[in-house]
Amino acid sequence: MNLARLLAVVRKELVQLARDRLTFAMIVGIPTLQLLLFGFAINLDIRHLPAAVLDQADTARSRELVAELASSQVLDFRYRAALPQQLEELMRRGRISAAVVIPPDFEARFEQADRPAWQVIVDGSDQSVQAAARQLATFPLASLDYGGAASRPGAAAVPGVEIVNFYNPQRRAPVNTVPGLIGVILAMTMVIFTAMAIVRERERGNMEMLIATPLSPFELTLGKVLPYVGIGLVQVSLILLLGWFVFGVPVRGSLFDVYLVALLYIGAMLMLGVFISTLARSQFQAMQMAFFTFLPQILLSGFMFPYEGMPVAAQWLAEIFPLTHFLRLIRGIMLREAGIGELWPEMAALAAFIVVMLAIAVRRFRKTLD
Amino acid sequence: MNATPAPATLPREEVIVARGLTRRFGDLVAVDSLDLDVRRAEVYGFLGPNGCGKSTTIRMLCGLLAPSAGEVRVLGHALPRDAEAVKRSIGYMTQKFSLYDDLSVRENLEFLAAVHGLRGENARRRLDSLYERYRLDDLRPRLAGTLSGGQKQRLALAAAVLHEPELLLLDEPTSAVDPQSRRDFWDSLFDLAEAGTTLVVSTHYMDEAERCHRLAILDRGRLVADGSPQALMANLPGATFRVDCAEPRRMQQALSALPHVLGVAQIGASLRVLTDRRDDGSWLDSQVRAVETEARVEPTSPNLEDVFVAATRTRPAAPHRDTERTA
Ligand SMILES: Nc1ncnc2c1ncn2[C@@H]1O[C@H](COP(=O)(O)OP(=O)(O)O)[C@@H](O)[C@H]1O
Ligand SMILES: [Mg+2]
Repeated sequence: MNLARLLAVVRKELVQLARDRLTFAMIVGIPTLQLLLFGFAINLDIRHLPAAVLDQADTARSRELVAELASSQVLDFRYRAALPQQLEELMRRGRISAAVVIPPDFEARFEQADRPAWQVIVDGSDQSVQAAARQLATFPLASLDYGGAASRPGAAAVPGVEIVNFYNPQRRAPVNTVPGLIGVILAMTMVIFTAMAIVRERERGNMEMLIATPLSPFELTLGKVLPYVGIGLVQVSLILLLGWFVFGVPVRGSLFDVYLVALLYIGAMLMLGVFISTLARSQFQAMQMAFFTFLPQILLSGFMFPYEGMPVAAQWLAEIFPLTHFLRLIRGIMLREAGIGELWPEMAALAAFIVVMLAIAVRRFRKTLD
Repeated sequence: MNATPAPATLPREEVIVARGLTRRFGDLVAVDSLDLDVRRAEVYGFLGPNGCGKSTTIRMLCGLLAPSAGEVRVLGHALPRDAEAVKRSIGYMTQKFSLYDDLSVRENLEFLAAVHGLRGENARRRLDSLYERYRLDDLRPRLAGTLSGGQKQRLALAAAVLHEPELLLLDEPTSAVDPQSRRDFWDSLFDLAEAGTTLVVSTHYMDEAERCHRLAILDRGRLVADGSPQALMANLPGATFRVDCAEPRRMQQALSALPHVLGVAQIGASLRVLTDRRDDGSWLDSQVRAVETEARVEPTSPNLEDVFVAATRTRPAAPHRDTERTA
């Protein structure tokens, strides 16, 4: 390893990056776009959801509740059901996204205020509907006579409504999604950028000239990858800032820890990119392979579906993916204020991934053209 | 110091020695048991059509491809074992332009200077002299991708000689440039040879091959003839004639069908005929008159194209080798 040669490659790569408008746009564009898409899809302020009502109590108070809900314009009651099965039928056919169920013992529940007095059933397969349901949960039923319940201290803490999620038992909020998005976005951009940058050199024929110089494959690869460490950190900052300003996602733990963990994860993603570059023959292939590693990661890491709900085999597989460990780390630090010390096994897993990938890649580095 | 043979130290002037150099790609034998000897400060040419193995041979000599069989020593180093040592003292100009299109002339050369370990004042002085010698001064800020064929070629040559290599290998360096640029380029090559650099150049242009000190003619991966262009032409295993006739097209068809006729080419109104009979032309004369009584046959001096055609058409069992070794 020769430092002057390494720096020469880094400098060259930076100049090329600055000239490559598309990559440059992707560095900033992908995180911004993804964050806004994911964030708003969850946070949308939905109105006029098609809904049905099943009023089994049919008392003055229950009718008042339905009228109050209708006037909020969140729900648009299109159907009155007589039986619970009818609600299910309507929802399965997609006629309604939500249903309000007022049980026969509504009055009793309401008086005692120990169990939720009524129920909103929502189509859990739809993110935006879930968000709307959460709004309903905190719906201030101002004019409703709460009777004795309102006068009791702490009564406000007792939910008047219970939300039942059909189809998707896990509820998510931007607070939960944004930290995970850091991992997802880096898994996409870092791997694609590095793999393509290295393969490009071969595809365009520059490699043939470089092999005939004293530059070693290791110096070339490291020099090409190093600028992307900086780019990864810029992306992390961008997502954190947007998450904070647009969605109010806080960093509860140490910011230093967030960057430390991100740095380790970026290292893992870059090594994955380097590994792919040793397999791919063209930039197109590199892109395909990058997606091939990307998809299982978002599906199995716990970003899309809860880790606990997956079959054991899938859980084992997920343990291999850097994103799984990064999600635990970043959610722990950002949301639960966890310290790095408590999460050391996840750090160790990322470090092990880097070492293994590097070892494989170094063995596969080509010193010749064939 | 007794019965054991002395270590195989090469005479200084042997820059490349190859014995039985072979490269296969699957079933295809791209280079087939090549024997080569290239001496210091000579311009050595590889002549042959596309696909005959020129690039593959040059890549093996650079240490870029491992030979499937055979031995090569380049600048005293055995390949592929000492490839890294060889890479420090050779320059390689690839067939396809291989500098960075999205870097400027100056950025490309500065990058390569750093890769070759040139720094500070040394690098600046070396680059300045290259800008001047290869007329790149005004092109310094231009992106390499926007240069013309001739300009790219000068940049590629400057990049290949940046570290003042002892041996320079050029793979079809003139295939994308105009005739004037080709002549200028060859002048640059002779300047380098005069300064002591050994040059290996591949080409499919006869006029370029003729300018080489020595030449290897390749055909389908095999060396079919080698020696100086003059010696190759003098020792042509056959003879060339000019045939003047009234109907050259008809005559060409008639002669091409004959045994002993290796090639017939129309040059203006007359034909140029290559036969594998080293006689005074009486045999050809009789054949020609059978087609057209008025036609006339006259001997002419052979050129490299005749050598090339004679070597590739007949394809002798053992390759024809020129014994005269003085360039
Ligand atoms: N990497 C390779 N893989 C398979 N075949 C190759 C490869 N490189 C060259 N060849 C084949 O070897 C033969 C010689 O090629 P090459 O050395 O490029 O010829 P030239 O440079 O004289 O045109 C050709 O038939 C070519 O198709
Ligand atoms: Mg070639």
